[in-house]
Amino acid sequence: MRSFGIHDFWFILEAGRWTVLLSLIAFTGGAIGGLAVALARTADNVVARRLSTGFIQLFQGTPLLMQLFLVFFGAPVLGLEISPWVAAGVALVLNTSAFLGEIWRGSIQAIPRGQWEAAEALGLHYAARMRRVILPQAWTIALPPTVGYMVQVIKGTSLAAIIGFTEITRAGQIINNATFQPLIVFSVVGAIYFALCWPLSLWASHIEKRRAATLAR
Amino acid sequence: MHYTFQFADVFAAWPLLLKGTWITVQLSIFATALGLLVAILCAWAKTSGPKPLRWVVQVYIELIRNTPFLVQLFFFFFALPSIGLRWSPYTAALTAMVVNLGAYATEIIRAGIESIPKGQIEAGLALNLKEHQIFRLIILKPALRAIFPALTSQFILLMLSSAVVSVISADDLTSVAANLQSQTFRSFEIYIVVTGIYLVLALMFSALFRTIQRRALSYPDRR
Repeated sequence: MRSFGIHDFWFILEAGRWTVLLSLIAFTGGAIGGLAVALARTADNVVARRLSTGFIQLFQGTPLLMQLFLVFFGAPVLGLEISPWVAAGVALVLNTSAFLGEIWRGSIQAIPRGQWEAAEALGLHYAARMRRVILPQAWTIALPPTVGYMVQVIKGTSLAAIIGFTEITRAGQIINNATFQPLIVFSVVGAIYFALCWPLSLWASHIEKRRAATLAR
Repeated sequence: MHYTFQFADVFAAWPLLLKGTWITVQLSIFATALGLLVAILCAWAKTSGPKPLRWVVQVYIELIRNTPFLVQLFFFFFALPSIGLRWSPYTAALTAMVVNLGAYATEIIRAGIESIPKGQIEAGLALNLKEHQIFRLIILKPALRAIFPALTSQFILLMLSSAVVSVISADDLTSVAANLQSQTFRSFEIYIVVTGIYLVLALMFSALFRTIQRRALSYPDRR
């Protein structure tokens, strides 16, 4: 048994890069998937709408931990051996796609009907209408909750520790097993997450207030 | 792909799964009830309490909302016993859930209180309504109507994230699944079934909450 020292602190802090990298993968992949889900959810095509609604309900109605387990234990069933890295990445991308898809659906639908009709009257086809008229306006509505959701993504990556991926939480468990000083170890772990998440939370509420002030004028 | 699915072991364990489901539901309901008490006190402190108290509540909310639930759980289960507080996995899990829900629900309740315009209370006074009538009809019901959807979706989020308490073996549904997995090695089949149970729970509760909202909290008919 040894006591918690500066090396242990560095070990946990360095594991932070895997948390950050996993969050970036989840968020980038989830943004691409989320845009597809949001567009499908607001499409005229009934099949696209039903499929995307089902996708959202499935991922919002089940625990993230179960989604992680199903990817991790499901891949070998399909004959693929995957590392915790890939399993965590895939599960988090799918989960983030569903949640961002739902947030962005709301933002797209918040754009008044008149804007769609005006774009149509101007002869803009679907792609131009979305890219030039609807999405730029939906973007300003979607930005605060999207930044807020980034916090959820970072916190969600902690679950990857359960399938053995060494990010901040798992690094904390390893150090705790070696030093048995849980109070200091998990305070450090919590503080690192807080340092990652709090600035994003502040930024989200700042742009939310600025938007509210612009609307009130 | 040469995998044969075998669900027999999973379905043979249905009494265990049922018990785990019950523990998960029970944990979520207890945690929500206690968490709402914490939240009401904190919402009061934040809107009309003395300044230092407001500051403490704000720190509590920010700390909980910006750290993962899993780390909060480890803190309650590993860190607090190291300074002499001994409790079972179930109690540690319940406490972590109460503390977590309390922070989120405080903000929801505060928004509900602030959604009632002062003019409506004054209008109630002008109509000579009694104090308890004003509270019940002008403050409580409209505030509940405003926050009910947010509160109930927070309940479902809590129930789903409670799967995490299985890492300290709190006897919930996911703990049962993890035990079955180590006995039968049918990981995928077990987790598919358990995921299905969570999905059914989430859909059932959201249907129940929608019914309550429609029956008890809808706007009166304007006929």
